[in-house]
Amino acid sequence: MAYKEMLQIRRDPRSLAIALLMPLMQMAMLGYGVSLDIRHVPLCVYDQENSQQSRAIVDQFISSGWFSISQTLDRQSDIRHAMDRGECVAALVIPADFSRQLATTGSANMQAVFDATDVNTTNIALGYAQGVVAQANAQIAADWNASHGVHPSPVGQIDLEPGTWFNETLDSRNFIIPGVVAVILALVGAQLTSLTISREWERGTMEQLISTPVSALEVMFGKLLPYFAIGLIDAGFCLISAVAWFGIPFRGSIVTLFVTTTLFNVVVLGIGYLISVRIRSQLGASQIALLVTMLPTTLLSGYTFPIDQMPAPIQAISLIVYPRYFVTILRAIFLKGSGLSDLWMPLAGLSCYAVIILWLAARAFRKRLD
Amino acid sequence: MTTNDIAIHAQRLTKSFGAVRAVQEASFAVSRGEIFGLVGPDGAGKTTIMRMLAGVLRPDAGEIAVDGVDVVAEAERAKLRISYMPQRFGLYEDLTVAENIFFYGELFSVSRDARITRGRELLEAAGLLPFQRRLAGQLSGGMKQKLGLVCALIHTPRVLLLDEPTTGVDPVSRRDFWAILYNLRENGVTIFISTAYMDEAERCSRLALLHAGAIRHCDTPARLKQAMPGALLAIYASDPRSLRDIISGQPGVLGVLLMGDRVHVRVDNPERRIPQLKSLLAGQGAGEMEIKPAEPGIEDVFVALVGQEGTA
Repeated sequence: MAYKEMLQIRRDPRSLAIALLMPLMQMAMLGYGVSLDIRHVPLCVYDQENSQQSRAIVDQFISSGWFSISQTLDRQSDIRHAMDRGECVAALVIPADFSRQLATTGSANMQAVFDATDVNTTNIALGYAQGVVAQANAQIAADWNASHGVHPSPVGQIDLEPGTWFNETLDSRNFIIPGVVAVILALVGAQLTSLTISREWERGTMEQLISTPVSALEVMFGKLLPYFAIGLIDAGFCLISAVAWFGIPFRGSIVTLFVTTTLFNVVVLGIGYLISVRIRSQLGASQIALLVTMLPTTLLSGYTFPIDQMPAPIQAISLIVYPRYFVTILRAIFLKGSGLSDLWMPLAGLSCYAVIILWLAARAFRKRLD
Repeated sequence: MTTNDIAIHAQRLTKSFGAVRAVQEASFAVSRGEIFGLVGPDGAGKTTIMRMLAGVLRPDAGEIAVDGVDVVAEAERAKLRISYMPQRFGLYEDLTVAENIFFYGELFSVSRDARITRGRELLEAAGLLPFQRRLAGQLSGGMKQKLGLVCALIHTPRVLLLDEPTTGVDPVSRRDFWAILYNLRENGVTIFISTAYMDEAERCSRLALLHAGAIRHCDTPARLKQAMPGALLAIYASDPRSLRDIISGQPGVLGVLLMGDRVHVRVDNPERRIPQLKSLLAGQGAGEMEIKPAEPGIEDVFVALVGQEGTA
């Protein structure tokens, strides 16, 4: 059965190519598309002093890569205009006595104005700005210490260190890409097997197949095995591109990754198969597979929207959204280097799923026409 | 006939789909080594009976035993002895001829060696040996049906169920196909075949005439012909259609059947009716026509006994 299925897959190189390349394409689209990072925030600068020190601060904003100067202004009122025209999202105002204040008192004020229409962007940009200023402060403090020998009170009074556990570079990509891998495998895997049984119905081979003494389990494993191999290859592609292309740090062990990916594959392919047994047309099966995997996976797996920020009832629902377990697992393996024992909770969730799905799938296939 | 000689025994088989009563209390017994034909027009219930015999459709009521195994209760055990070839045969068109055979052998747990040797024999008999590596989807209609038969025979079944196997197959392939069937019967295989072709029905050892889900008559072709009431006359004509319209409803005429270039007229008394029809036709200005007694075919019998025109 598995051999025959394999032959049929090989005879259809186009579908095979889609099965193998699709995940990579999705990787590229989701990996880049869903990035929460903001780079090159357009920044207007109104430098009233235009001294060496004030220019140094501005340079630090630019060299951070998070901001780029869109305009240099001469009047306070120009800021409003620039923002209205959408030419900048943030504006930096440096007062005329900036370097003098700094030299005499050791502290100076600097104003940052943000266009808060997009709260999300504002928050992130604000965080970046604070990071830049904090860095500048450290430098100024060191210089001050060297020349005055007493403790300084740093510039701007802004002293915020963003929480950067496991993601020191503040790169949301590190957080998102492992989740993207889980989501892609969930979508592609269910698609792969959703067609296997419905194809037999549609091509009229099913009536013949069920008239033979072949057992339902034989059919199931025969159908799943070749796609299991394809699913693992897909997983390999996605995981390798996560590390090699997106530069996500991999801190866990390959064995942990393999064991968990295998388990997840079983669940995903089993769900596709279950749908395939129930829906007799290929188109219908494929669409149902997309529907039952796409929405819950993208919305409730926690790969972009954090589950712990959802309302309690939604959090409860997300417990049955199996990709959430794999999202958690992959993130932990990639960023924290967790082992199997650390992951027992999501693993238990996935295992329960695997057992239930396979049991349902084995029972769902009936060797009868009615 | 002892129970041991019976390959298929169906009793009061009944199946409904919603309000449609597809099969009503069909009972028949098929002996070992018989070629038993199920004859009837489309929609008569042939496929439904086949599916119930094959164990893929559960009857609403009734009993089936194939080769002594209760198909309703132990479908999986019965399937080992049966080979069922559905009307739309389950060939995998993206597999080659050899791969299809190999796969069906695997499903019936036929050993690798047996699959190769028996597959070769069967392919040779079907004249498909040169096409082993061709994709099944690229075979002609007749070759597909023969390949289907080869696949169905790979595990040496005791009972062969064929649902309209030669529909849409050219005459030469049909003859080949039947040659294989006769050969199987020699080897003690019981063949249960449904057909809408009346000429094919003649080749069966016994026939069940199916109409609207019920078996109306069941006997050998010869005895069915004897049971046909009246006698048959054949009239050749250039325009048989208008001839039929003239003759229909004349006294003593029991039935008129269009047969291509002629009409078959069933009459109560040929000696009396031949001159009567001749004068009738002469009066119509149809000219001199040959009217002579004819041997009834199964189609004539079917129409006479069941009262409904066959499909072919």
